[in-house]
Amino acid sequence: MMINFILNDQKVASTAKANERLLDILRTEFACTGVKCGCKEGECGACSVILDGRLVNSCMVAMGHVEGCTVMTIEGYRKTERFAALDTSYASVSAVQCGFCMPGMVLASECILAKNPNPTEAEIREGISGNLCRCTGYNAIVQAISIAAKEGEGLW
Amino acid sequence: MENISGSIKKKDHEAKINGSALYVDDHVMGGMLYGRLLHSAKAKARITKIILPELPEGYLIVDKNDVTGVNRVAIIIHDTPVYADDAVEYIGEPILMVVGPDNQVVEKILHKIVVVYEEQIPVLDMLTSDTVFFDYKYTKGDMDKALAEADRVFIETFQTGYQEQAYLETQGLIAYPQDGRMTVRGSMQCPYYVHSAVANAIGCEGKDVQIIQDVTGGGFGGKEAFPSILACQVAVAAKKANKPVKVIFNRREDMEFTSKRHPSLSTYKVAIKNGEITGMDIDVLFNSGAYTTLSAVVLQRGLICANGVYRIDNLRVGGRAVKTNTVPCGAYRGFGAPQTFFAVEMIMDHIAKEMGLDSLELKEKYMVKQGDSTSTSGKYHFHVPLPEMIQRIDELTDYRAKRKQYQQQIGRYRKGIGLSMFFHGCGFTGSGERDIIKAVAKIRKNPDNTVEILASNSDIGQGLKTTFCKIVADTLGISYDQVYIDNPDTDRVPDSGPTVASRSLMTVGGLLQRAAEKLKKEWQDGKEQVIEEHFVEPDFVIPFNLKNFSGDAYPTYSWSVNAIEVEVDTLTAMTKILGAWGIFDVGVPIDMNIVVGQMEGGFLQGIGYASMEQMDYNDKGIIRNNSFSDYIIPTAVDVPNLVAEMMNNPYTHGPYGAKGAGELPLVGAAPAYVEAMENALGANLNKVPFTPEDAMKILQGVNT
Repeated sequence: MMINFILNDQKVASTAKANERLLDILRTEFACTGVKCGCKEGECGACSVILDGRLVNSCMVAMGHVEGCTVMTIEGYRKTERFAALDTSYASVSAVQCGFCMPGMVLASECILAKNPNPTEAEIREGISGNLCRCTGYNAIVQAISIAAKEGEGLW
Repeated sequence: MENISGSIKKKDHEAKINGSALYVDDHVMGGMLYGRLLHSAKAKARITKIILPELPEGYLIVDKNDVTGVNRVAIIIHDTPVYADDAVEYIGEPILMVVGPDNQVVEKILHKIVVVYEEQIPVLDMLTSDTVFFDYKYTKGDMDKALAEADRVFIETFQTGYQEQAYLETQGLIAYPQDGRMTVRGSMQCPYYVHSAVANAIGCEGKDVQIIQDVTGGGFGGKEAFPSILACQVAVAAKKANKPVKVIFNRREDMEFTSKRHPSLSTYKVAIKNGEITGMDIDVLFNSGAYTTLSAVVLQRGLICANGVYRIDNLRVGGRAVKTNTVPCGAYRGFGAPQTFFAVEMIMDHIAKEMGLDSLELKEKYMVKQGDSTSTSGKYHFHVPLPEMIQRIDELTDYRAKRKQYQQQIGRYRKGIGLSMFFHGCGFTGSGERDIIKAVAKIRKNPDNTVEILASNSDIGQGLKTTFCKIVADTLGISYDQVYIDNPDTDRVPDSGPTVASRSLMTVGGLLQRAAEKLKKEWQDGKEQVIEEHFVEPDFVIPFNLKNFSGDAYPTYSWSVNAIEVEVDTLTAMTKILGAWGIFDVGVPIDMNIVVGQMEGGFLQGIGYASMEQMDYNDKGIIRNNSFSDYIIPTAVDVPNLVAEMMNNPYTHGPYGAKGAGELPLVGAAPAYVEAMENALGANLNKVPFTPEDAMKILQGVNT
């Protein structure tokens, strides 16, 4: 049986089994290699995607659950104006180091700002606390998100 | 601050933020097979029999019999087997690899293999080890006399645990044969280390091996030596299969079976006469694990740093890295120094308490200054900015006042503040750079006047592509966009040494600056020009002699003072970090954002090491904390008040005045944190990590 869902604004159908991980299917069947595998147990957030508007660890989502859902990965998100604002703000503080957490971190940033266009620092930190970064110490990422909130006025 | 320090968009920003950067696991090659290792389930055993299931078409087993070269990985001492011979020395030692086109089938085969072991009693406690891999001793002054004349001798032992690098991208490589050559690509810090290891293991000449670094998701030392081991295993498999083979570790495998920071025990005997510290007699023990890997050099750095930033006239330092049947330890940011810096900072604190002083008063009395002699009778050739760093920390934190205020506290919530001062010796220990590495770097100007940097150093997140390009562009007086650098490929770049020891920017960046100066003079529009530069040791350096640890172990030092303030809930033992401040001198920052990012990231890793990163093995030798669920690293909410400030103290021999930056910020967090916990708890503490469980033990002890 096919599993139908919307991936990055396109209708797609997957032949995956219901118990396969969304993470693996996105990477192998749909070549969304921007979705990174860091731990496969829902702890690191490198595989974050936006599922029906919510940030989820795609390693913890079974394909059976995805039927009829909307999935956004970095491959789709990078075409948006909101991404462009985050791209600029992350660059301005050099928040990208090894980069492995970045696609997930950017999608987490989107979810924070979509919920609250003017988050406090504490809210930003809470919002990315499910996404581990071993390089930056997080300050630059937090700064990047608050710059995007300010500079991207009206986008969220 | 200098012009060069202004920040610029990083060369690798775009591809990494938009998810188009390809890490090793993102590559798929035609006909590619997947490999998974069978790891030893016993800490010490002879393998008497391996029972294999029937293999489906297209699947194969790779083991020691397939190693066409030497079944040993070339690291420093070649003792690590590529695949286990007939014995295993730790849980996780690779015995064989299952290779095939479908990863899930490979996994199933792996689970069906039965290994029959003849178990032996493993040595798990480093104190009972009967094998000393490395044993060093050095002295300065007359320690025996200092001890004999002492009014009292202060003795204490300090303990530090494992630390897991926890880079976000696990270890992974792909190997493929092509036209009689072997190519290995993937996640790594040091392509030329991998190059010689692979040539040795498959038994071919260096020219028949090509190593390519892919975009690498962090290393912190964990990808210094380990990729050499995995590369040999994958290359042997690819040679046997005659097809590309990809191996990507899962997180548990990565945490359990790859190298981590050496656990340590350091015993300090401090001689005191008439209220003065007259000597330190220091004994250091590192748990090397089952093989030697990099333990020799990790131990050397640990020992050289054993007296911290203090002027101690009589010194006897000895240390051993010993074998146990546990996972081999290796490089980790700080490389032996965080262990001994923790010990020396804590002993100074404890001695100060005995003398009725605050630890800062005692530390200030003994801290070194320019011109003083180092532990190895070398010299601090350059300005030591510790006094102004302490002043700045005090301005930022009100350290001196708070420290006193927190002496006497009652009530449920108690605060504490602690301070550490430390250095990181920049570059390889001793004469390694001059005698072993002999770095070469090149720049090539193309006919279109773009300039390519050719060096073997890898950008693993620390921003090297950006800083290298800035140095070359600025020196040539051309635009940053005209200069570019690709990931190192040993077919294209000379051996400019590994990406380790806080040397890449200071040493190789210096070669690039020289090359650019030369090119600027000889610049011819529209022509191709190649400039090559070779390492030359600065003339002020007092040659280092490893036999008796004498001379300049490092040409220069990066300096730092850290302070950390905590609040402990005495009911639950949960601890909040109220603030963490670091003042760092890494010479002139070649891009302020990048340097601040290094300092903040390293400082937070150090705070993790100090407070929460607990890893241990059980009585069978199995690492118990093998996942991100069990081994906790800091998240964005754990230390929200972390501050990193730079102090500009240029190094005359570094490019634009820069010196080593990568490792420094991890070195001093542990003593600052544990001093703060002491201040809050009113007890002497001597271990890291110091977790809430440890705090609870102290609190219960105090209360009963």
